[in-house]
Amino acid sequence: MPETAEHIVKSYENELIHLHDLVTGMGGMVESQVALACTAILQRDRAAATRATESDVKVDAREQEIEQYVIRLLALRQPVAQDLRRIVAALKSTGDLERIGDYAANVAKRSLVLEQFTMRYAATGLANMARLVQENLKRIIDAIGAHDAEQAMQVWRSDEAIDEIYNALFRELITYMMEDPRNITPCTHLLFIAKNLERIGDHATNIAETVYYAVTGTPLTEARPKGDTSVYAVIKPAGESGRQE
Amino acid sequence: MSTSILTTGHSGPAKDQAMARRLGERRKRTDRILLWLALLATLIGLAFLISILATLLWRGLAAMNLTVFTEVTRPPGSGGGLLNAIVGTLIQTGIGTLVGTPIGLLVGTYLAEYSQGTKLGGAVRFVSDILLSAPSILVGLFIYQLMVLPFGGFSGIAGAMALAVIVIPIVVRTTEDMLQLIPSTLREAAMALGAPKWKMVLLVCYPAVRPGLITGALLGVARIAGETAPLLFTSLGNLTWSTDLTQAMSSLPVTIYAYAGSPYEDWVDLAWTGALLITFGVLLINIIARYVLRQRR
Amino acid sequence: MNEVSNEAATKAQAIPALQTRPETEASQAKISMRDLDFYYGDNRALKSINLDFPERQVTGLIGPSGCGKSTLLRCLNRMYDLYPGQRATGEAMMDGENIISPNIDLNALRSRIGMVFQKPTPFPMTIYDNIAFGVKLHERLSKAQMDERVEWSLARAALWDEVKDRLNTPAGGLSGGQQQRLCIARSIAVRPEVMLFDEPTSALDPISTLKVEELIDELKRDFTIAIVTHNMQQAARCADRVAFFYLGEMVEVGTAAQMFTSPRETRTQQYITGRFS
Repeated sequence: MPETAEHIVKSYENELIHLHDLVTGMGGMVESQVALACTAILQRDRAAATRATESDVKVDAREQEIEQYVIRLLALRQPVAQDLRRIVAALKSTGDLERIGDYAANVAKRSLVLEQFTMRYAATGLANMARLVQENLKRIIDAIGAHDAEQAMQVWRSDEAIDEIYNALFRELITYMMEDPRNITPCTHLLFIAKNLERIGDHATNIAETVYYAVTGTPLTEARPKGDTSVYAVIKPAGESGRQE
Repeated sequence: MSTSILTTGHSGPAKDQAMARRLGERRKRTDRILLWLALLATLIGLAFLISILATLLWRGLAAMNLTVFTEVTRPPGSGGGLLNAIVGTLIQTGIGTLVGTPIGLLVGTYLAEYSQGTKLGGAVRFVSDILLSAPSILVGLFIYQLMVLPFGGFSGIAGAMALAVIVIPIVVRTTEDMLQLIPSTLREAAMALGAPKWKMVLLVCYPAVRPGLITGALLGVARIAGETAPLLFTSLGNLTWSTDLTQAMSSLPVTIYAYAGSPYEDWVDLAWTGALLITFGVLLINIIARYVLRQRR
Repeated sequence: MNEVSNEAATKAQAIPALQTRPETEASQAKISMRDLDFYYGDNRALKSINLDFPERQVTGLIGPSGCGKSTLLRCLNRMYDLYPGQRATGEAMMDGENIISPNIDLNALRSRIGMVFQKPTPFPMTIYDNIAFGVKLHERLSKAQMDERVEWSLARAALWDEVKDRLNTPAGGLSGGQQQRLCIARSIAVRPEVMLFDEPTSALDPISTLKVEELIDELKRDFTIAIVTHNMQQAARCADRVAFFYLGEMVEVGTAAQMFTSPRETRTQQYITGRFS
């Protein structure tokens, strides 16, 4: 959507820009957090893992800051139309970003545990998934920055690919666990890691929906393309199966 | 179930419509009658006005020629015009306005700006209003006592002063009315900048009502141009050419008074011409006053 | 993977805090009111007001009709002196002097405290003369200096570009929004220290209103400003601090952010959320 003229009251314009910077800044923080977490599991990088978990505090603090700022903006500026949509979108997106950060920290912690195990399972699948998730995350954070509804749509659609990889991983890990009971602990951790990555992808999709509405003013009403069939991975319904989180 | 006319079935809409129509007819009839009465009254009033103007025009124009403006008043039968009368009126009206208007302006300003709620202000306003509708002959008598008797003779200046006294309440009223029309926010805005009161009045209030003030002065002039009674006791009238203010001075109204009642036909004709001159002079001033006021709207 | 980290790192740089409105109350008070009372005859319209106007900030006064907010403002430049029967008691200190005291030079006071009214009131003169009027009351300036002062005032009031070619035309020919900005320029021209705005935009259309609000935002860099407004949202947008008045009393005062997100007093909350009976 083309940028319209600046607001007559410059301090209001500056406040909107400041909010924008805060949100994209948080996006950057979360992006690097996810990158560090992925490095931690895929390359067994302990330092990366520690940095990923430590930066979670800053991410949470930034979310608080943005939340307070948004409330202040709503009270003092009475925004309407585009401004209102963007400000509310900022609020919603930071919630999603904060959760992504939490998942990244969780992944990083689990990578520290995984170090004790020598067997490397599902490395390729996990690497692919990590790459896709990070790509989507980068694209959606860029879309936030550029107010790009098109990019948001693309991200929204590409979550399906991530879900498919997750399904494959799920089946693979179940197989390993059934082979050898000693694999259960590492595989369970890997399962959670994969699930966390998949959830990161889902939150990126949430942000995509929010950005789309903020920019165009119409909500995305189509059903979200979901490919997560892990629920039915081992046993069809009418029975218990691998537990979802 | 209520039994109002609105809900009972048999005395339904039809009956109410008929009643409404009858009422409507009656109202329209009354309206028309009153309209015609008002028109009739207007026509009667207009009829008088038109007949006066027509007579004035007919008889006044009959004797109008250049000599009216070039010759002074002469004994009957030897030609003669109204020059000294015209000049006398101009002088006395002029001086009267010049003296009366500033006084009236200042009094009006005092009443509007400085006398909020004071007893003096109330008293001055009351007196001014009485003076406004006082019989002008009383003014003449007053000046007679003041300026004619002590100095032993009639004079043009006494006439001018009598006219000034008549002008003052007119200008007071219009000035006060105009100044009170100024919104208080304008005054406050000037004061809020740190202006002393007199500057606020002079530089903001007066310019704001300038057309109104001019109109007031013009209305004063129009009024005194035709005043006869006060001049009878003060400047008396002069059948010779004289512009000496300390002597009796001629004026149109007094000359008309003297000529109209005389048995000489040429004098009577000149009286009509004089009346025409005054009437149209006053008419012209009124038109100018209205024009000035409308300009600034 | 590394490029992702670098870009992300740039985005994550610390954002400096944005100070459009100071959150702390550290500013010095330009005008300090203590136990200020005001009487219309026997009617006590203001009851023991204790309020500060911090220097170079905008203080907004809100409250229902008749609560005394305009009355307070008009106390400060002694407007009530124009009307017999109105009087004030107490203290309103500015730079060590009590505004209320009868020994104050009113004209000098009003050159330091300017006021803009609800209805635009251009004088019946040219635009140039309107601006020059106030200046001539207090200063002797050469023609060149006066020209400069007129231009400066009109520029600060965001009106210069619109009128620079017609300074010698009557001010009554301007639109409503322009007239109000002219009145603001007229007040600024005298170089006051404090500007009082009494519902300055209630007679203006929304865009002109926003322009005046932007103007106030800029003016507060140099002047201490107090604004009375019926429109709470305007106080929310413009003011650094807000004071809520009710029936002649000051109920609460605080920063705008605090007043409009979580006021302390119930009455304030009720008024602000529109639950006043």
